[in-house]
Amino acid sequence: MSELLELDNVAARYGPISALHGVSLHVGEGEIVALLGANGAGKTTTLRAVSRTVRTSGDIRYEGKSIVRRAPDALAKLGIAHVPEGRGLFAELSVWENLRMGAYVRGERRTIKQEAPRVFGYFPWLERRGHQQAGTLSGGEQQMLALARALVSRPRLLLLDEPSLGLAPTVVQELFAVVRRLNEEEGLTVLVVEQNANLALESSARAYVLEVGNVAIEGSSEELRRHEGVRRSYLGY
Amino acid sequence: MIARAALIALRLLPVAVTVVLVVLIGQRAGEFRLDEFTYVAIYFAALLGLNMLTGYNGQISLGHGAFMCIGAYVAAVAVLGRPGLALYGHHPPDWLPVGDGMRPVFTIPLAFVLTGAVGFLFGIPALRLAGVSLALATFAMAVSLPAIAKKFENVTGGGGGVNLPLPHTPFGWDISTKRWLYYEAWGVAAVLFVLSWLLVRGRVGRAWRAIRDREVAATASGVSPAVYKTLAFAVSSAFAGAAGALLAIQVSYVNPDTFPISLSVLLLASVVIGGLGSLSGALFGALLYEFLPIYAQEPPLVHFAFGKQAPAVVFGVLLILIMYALPGGFAGAIRRMFAPLTRFLRERQNTREPILEPARRGEA
Amino acid sequence: MLAFTWPEFFQQITSGLASGAIYASLALALVLIYRATDVINFAQGEMATFTTYIAWMLMQHGLPYWPAFVLTLVIAFAGGFAIERVVIRPVENRPEIVIVIVTIGMLIAINGLTGWIWGSEVKAFDSPFPNRTVDVAGVAISLQDVGTFCVCLATVLVLWLFFRFTTLGLAMRAAAVNPGASRLLGVRVGWMLAIGWGLAAALGAVAGMMAAPTTFLDPNMMLVILIYAFAAAVLGGIDSPVGAVVGGLTLGVLVNLLGRYVAFVGEELRLPTALAILLTVLVIRPQGLFGHAVVRRV
Repeated sequence: MSELLELDNVAARYGPISALHGVSLHVGEGEIVALLGANGAGKTTTLRAVSRTVRTSGDIRYEGKSIVRRAPDALAKLGIAHVPEGRGLFAELSVWENLRMGAYVRGERRTIKQEAPRVFGYFPWLERRGHQQAGTLSGGEQQMLALARALVSRPRLLLLDEPSLGLAPTVVQELFAVVRRLNEEEGLTVLVVEQNANLALESSARAYVLEVGNVAIEGSSEELRRHEGVRRSYLGY
Repeated sequence: MIARAALIALRLLPVAVTVVLVVLIGQRAGEFRLDEFTYVAIYFAALLGLNMLTGYNGQISLGHGAFMCIGAYVAAVAVLGRPGLALYGHHPPDWLPVGDGMRPVFTIPLAFVLTGAVGFLFGIPALRLAGVSLALATFAMAVSLPAIAKKFENVTGGGGGVNLPLPHTPFGWDISTKRWLYYEAWGVAAVLFVLSWLLVRGRVGRAWRAIRDREVAATASGVSPAVYKTLAFAVSSAFAGAAGALLAIQVSYVNPDTFPISLSVLLLASVVIGGLGSLSGALFGALLYEFLPIYAQEPPLVHFAFGKQAPAVVFGVLLILIMYALPGGFAGAIRRMFAPLTRFLRERQNTREPILEPARRGEA
Repeated sequence: MLAFTWPEFFQQITSGLASGAIYASLALALVLIYRATDVINFAQGEMATFTTYIAWMLMQHGLPYWPAFVLTLVIAFAGGFAIERVVIRPVENRPEIVIVIVTIGMLIAINGLTGWIWGSEVKAFDSPFPNRTVDVAGVAISLQDVGTFCVCLATVLVLWLFFRFTTLGLAMRAAAVNPGASRLLGVRVGWMLAIGWGLAAALGAVAGMMAAPTTFLDPNMMLVILIYAFAAAVLGGIDSPVGAVVGGLTLGVLVNLLGRYVAFVGEELRLPTALAILLTVLVIRPQGLFGHAVVRRV
């Protein structure tokens, strides 16, 4: 199994503040990998490093080729979909228009026609609410719309940032169930950032724990669930 | 010790140089040059005001010329008085406190106060506007003022304007009128400079800057934005009014088209290029406003209306380039050139002298 | 109150709608750029004037009106696009106030350039519409007014269709609403901005060419119309395209009626009246009729 995504000693800063100090991780094709850690540990920054929305040093390779010189808008074409923290929806546009924007990178008109049925298959309710303004959806619905939008273009790598934030537990379970389905049925590779470690470790094969901008612990999800430190700090028992 | 003295000397240097130059030019220059430099003093006075409003307090005004217009009319009406206006067939309404005419020099403080009051009144609703909205509103005001001035003919003399009696050197001094006007303008400018300096370096200036940089934080620290913003408007328009009065006296003629929108826009451009947030920037701006047209092949007129080609293009391009490269304007660039020296002197000053007093609790 | 007759009232309304359509076009240009960048382009009027002069020049060289009109729109689009990429781009990440000052610099420079190239003598500009009136139920309606109204509204309509139904239009709307998220979806936000500026410039050209027959061609001709456009945009809601159009038409009619029927206002005080409306709206209801209340982020 080849590595779809590799981070090699990546450091990132916001002005004078250093957020990542040298993070190395990899995500293999077809894997679901979780990125855990407390607030401010650098999880979101790591995803931003991959989607090139923050300045970094160190190398980042996707499909074996370095992407550090790429602009953010070029990555969608490569098959990287980033669902950012806060979902990044177009609140004033309709549900349908948001989905259409997901198809933009592959030629909107044709793609949306082709892919809509597939996406509705995962989120049937979207079809009925096409004309509703995205900003008026509930939190859970917005998260699902953001995910659906990311899927329209059939990405190879999905970067998911804090999907559970502000959502009710049942909704979150639903969401992760869809992510697992996508991974199994379509082979979607996922790097998910989560504060809810329990949840993330249930769905992921491997995980990294970030602390203050460094990788503190890494291993299979099995191992991490048994790991003393992880249990105490992140799993609550 | 030496470092401290050197720092003070460095800061006083521009002032000293300016004073020397002003006196030299006053003594030596020919009549035409005197004229030009009188205008520099007038625009310097106006830009000191605009600098405080936009540079220190961060409120963009595209209407500064309109306040100069008001000051000019106050001066004109005050100098002419009812008798003077009547000669032109204009009869201001009875309730308006127009006197019988006064010496031009007294109209300057009068214009200062009255225009300041108008600015204060304008500042109150302006509080609700920020940034671009304020720029819009002041722009619209400046475009509309000539029309309003033309409407109220009985006071302003309408479209034809009013002529002021030619100025005389007072007290029978033996200098030409032009020279007297030059010294008068620079005298006023000097007074306004000192006033501006006092305001800016004191509590008011600090409050202005706090509001400019982080209004919410300033409010949380107990600085009332409403009070200080309105004050900034009042002060800056007072300065503009004084400058306008000087202009009226200098040109001996006021009419609504003397203060077109281009004046306001170019004044803003001048103060930005000269250097916002710095008193010397106002001087650079004034020099720029007066001399750029000359060096771009156009005669400097008070009627510096749009459509006069090359100077405008140069002004506009210069403004854009300054925004790209030197947001602090010329004054900022010069300050940066001296920065290594000032930094060196400051460090020497700090390491030599003990900290005199611990920070007092509760001080803002 | 001056003598009131119904036919004249309707005449005032139709001519108010015509001038209002011009304000609406320029206002829409302002709103377009504001929505995408949070910046008011103070140079919008001067850009319109410049392109109107180009149209005049094309016609002087023998091009018939409508081909000149279309060619001017294309040139205007290209010019607006280029200005965004060359002049605005270096400062696009700086605070809005810096960008606004840059547009003021453009205002000064373009105004000067217009005078420099073509001189400041007033020139005549032909209208494509016949200089007649048509009698509709006793009301004399000027064909020029009708034509102006139709051309402006047709332009606005085409633009609306573009934004509503095309992919590019959707992408531009998305980029204006959330540029960060758009980038992640593959939208080249910089190009979207440039296209927006191009469209705004084209709108301005329409406004200029429709206004020129009445105001005559001179370098300052759009300064006053710019104020009206500001007032219209603010009245309608600075971030609302619908508001710009409604605001423009309303303002046109309102100023016309006030000018005609309120003696104090007359001809001279129309502009100050628009200013008064602008100020009142800004103070009482800053978001205008259709805009969204601005929440200040702390």
